[in-house]
Amino acid sequence: MAASTQAMQADDTLNPGMLWVKDGEALWQKLPSQSQKSCANCHTPGSMKGVASRYPAFDDVLKRPIALSQRINQCRQKYQQVEPLRLESQDLLSLESFVAHQSRGLPVAPPTDSRLDAARQRGQQRYTQRMGQLNLSCAQCHDDNAGGRLGSSQIPQAHHTGYPVYRLEWQNLGSLQRRLRNCMSGVRAEPFAYGAPELVELELHLAVRAKGMLMETPGVRP
Amino acid sequence: MARTLINAPKTAKRGEVIEIRATIGHPMETGFRPDENGKILPRNIIKKFSCRYNGELVFSAEMFSAVSANPYLAFHTLATESGTLTLTWEGDNGFSQTETISLSVVA
Repeated sequence: MAASTQAMQADDTLNPGMLWVKDGEALWQKLPSQSQKSCANCHTPGSMKGVASRYPAFDDVLKRPIALSQRINQCRQKYQQVEPLRLESQDLLSLESFVAHQSRGLPVAPPTDSRLDAARQRGQQRYTQRMGQLNLSCAQCHDDNAGGRLGSSQIPQAHHTGYPVYRLEWQNLGSLQRRLRNCMSGVRAEPFAYGAPELVELELHLAVRAKGMLMETPGVRP
Repeated sequence: MARTLINAPKTAKRGEVIEIRATIGHPMETGFRPDENGKILPRNIIKKFSCRYNGELVFSAEMFSAVSANPYLAFHTLATESGTLTLTWEGDNGFSQTETISLSVVA
């Protein structure tokens, strides 16, 4: 990451991601239409600290791992009794970045839940599996050639600590799943749908890879 | 209401040059891009930004289609007396937003 992008991320008044964090804070307090409960009615201020750093986590109801955005939607359906937000919608991204922002500076701490092992295994497998017309796996760029260049851009080590990130190319905030789908279309593969178990499994593997690294949501990326 | 991020000092010495930095959440849709169905999206940009210091215009800018989404502006002004700085963004579809910040100047 270039020094100028780092400076942009470090300064909260320059970091455009803070616009979504502020939005999320307002949504957190607001009563959704046809609901008697806002997020803040159940969750005390600051109680979301450290939550984002341990997601994706195993869900007892669905019996599979879910990402943070899906957890927010579950809460909406179960406790607020309102429609789930569309994945990757601005409102969901705002809530997600507001929650994840509270974990800023905390180490990534994937849960030691043995029910996640199978999914983690599949995530790791998919990370090293070639895909698409270009026939490349995640590992070939982000492990074997990290630090090198792809065209004019530097290949990062694929750590997910800043998500949701403000990406200058997108001129918008986007989730980790959007970034994963972006990489998949880059290797000319059919991207998995938002919320697909395959993407959550990849997130699980990335969380293990980044274990101990500090969260920096909202990140700024080129 | 669009969201804004404004960074300006709360106090300054008289005669000091202060920096004001402002970001506003806005799509800055260029008017040249097609949507998923190939239809051109109508232009939706901020056209004018101005900053008034106790009513006096100290900085203004015109913006066009090439400016990125969520535009960020930084500018300087001379702290002369205590008062308010009024930041106004105006644009397409009657978009208008005003934010005020107060500045106290000490001798």
